[in-house]
Amino acid sequence: MAQAIPAGQKWWSGGKSPFNVEYGKLMMWYFLMSDSFTFGALLISYGTIRFSSNGWPNPNEVFRTFPIIGEMKIPLAFVSLMTFILIMSSVTMVLAVGAGHNGDRKSVMKWMFFTILGGLAFLSCQAWEWTHLHGEGAWWGRNPFLNLDGTQSTTNFTNFFFTITGFHGFHVFSGVIINIIMLIMTWRGVFDRKGHYLMIEKAGLYWHFVDLVWVFVFTCFYLL
Amino acid sequence: MDNPQAATAISGHAEPSFSTRTIWRTFWILLFITLAELALAILYYETDFMPKHFVNGIFLVGTLAKAFFIIAEFMHLRHEIRNLIMSISVPALLFIWFLGAFLWDGNSYKNLRNRYDRYHAAQSKTPVKETNQKHQPEAKKPGTIE
Repeated sequence: MAQAIPAGQKWWSGGKSPFNVEYGKLMMWYFLMSDSFTFGALLISYGTIRFSSNGWPNPNEVFRTFPIIGEMKIPLAFVSLMTFILIMSSVTMVLAVGAGHNGDRKSVMKWMFFTILGGLAFLSCQAWEWTHLHGEGAWWGRNPFLNLDGTQSTTNFTNFFFTITGFHGFHVFSGVIINIIMLIMTWRGVFDRKGHYLMIEKAGLYWHFVDLVWVFVFTCFYLL
Repeated sequence: MDNPQAATAISGHAEPSFSTRTIWRTFWILLFITLAELALAILYYETDFMPKHFVNGIFLVGTLAKAFFIIAEFMHLRHEIRNLIMSISVPALLFIWFLGAFLWDGNSYKNLRNRYDRYHAAQSKTPVKETNQKHQPEAKKPGTIE
């Protein structure tokens, strides 16, 4: 525990937060927990359908293109770049939160800017990937890919892929909007007047959660 | 929360819990795990050197490790007090049941269907001929499963 807390502190005797965090931050944690069950339900229904199917397309065959270069010898290169972008933007977000702890407005703005840039880069990559797959004939309701063993595949594969990556992409999009609002508020000195940068921390929690979900989406759709 | 003193008391400004060193170390760990998973995926794709279930197990361990580092360090949960850690992590244990029950269910449905619906079993195990497949998404394919 990083915080200096007197020994024998009675957390539940009233008068203070038993979680030692501000109300809004606690509520953000609870929201993220409920959101994790939403994503969990989507991913587990995908898993259930996949377990109930005799065959499934090979992700190494489906996801093997890269913009400009085209067909690559190495599969999954593009999605690894997307993962890298999202982890990187998570790092700049922590740096923004850290700068907020020191009340350093300039640094907060700089790191928030890079975080927004990372989010936009990720969304652009996803837009390219969706466009490319759509060009190959994949969309909700149609699946041009065969199963790994050469048998006919169902549309379950594309339906789940577009629904879940789309739902995640929507979260990234909202995260970018939230971060832009935070950047404007920082720029206008709202947090300096309040005397703390807790809003940046709450936006940061949401942004890391988006990164966390991507880790699971990446494993479930591209690796397994 | 417009009172600076109250904010300081609650978020604990005094101690440097956000060290840049820890952040970058976490970043390198995440990057390393991702690259290792990618290398394993490519190696498996090229050579088929070990059973797929084994490879999947490694992927899942790597994923859980990445999730732990993101939650503990980036979301800073490891540095909060025990009450908060428990109220977040204990409900998350529901996922163990959730995963186990539903994957089991899917697998059971597959087995029952293959046993009692011979037509489905035969159809979904017959490879499609390579012709007329690529770039004809709208065409009605032989043996389509609706």
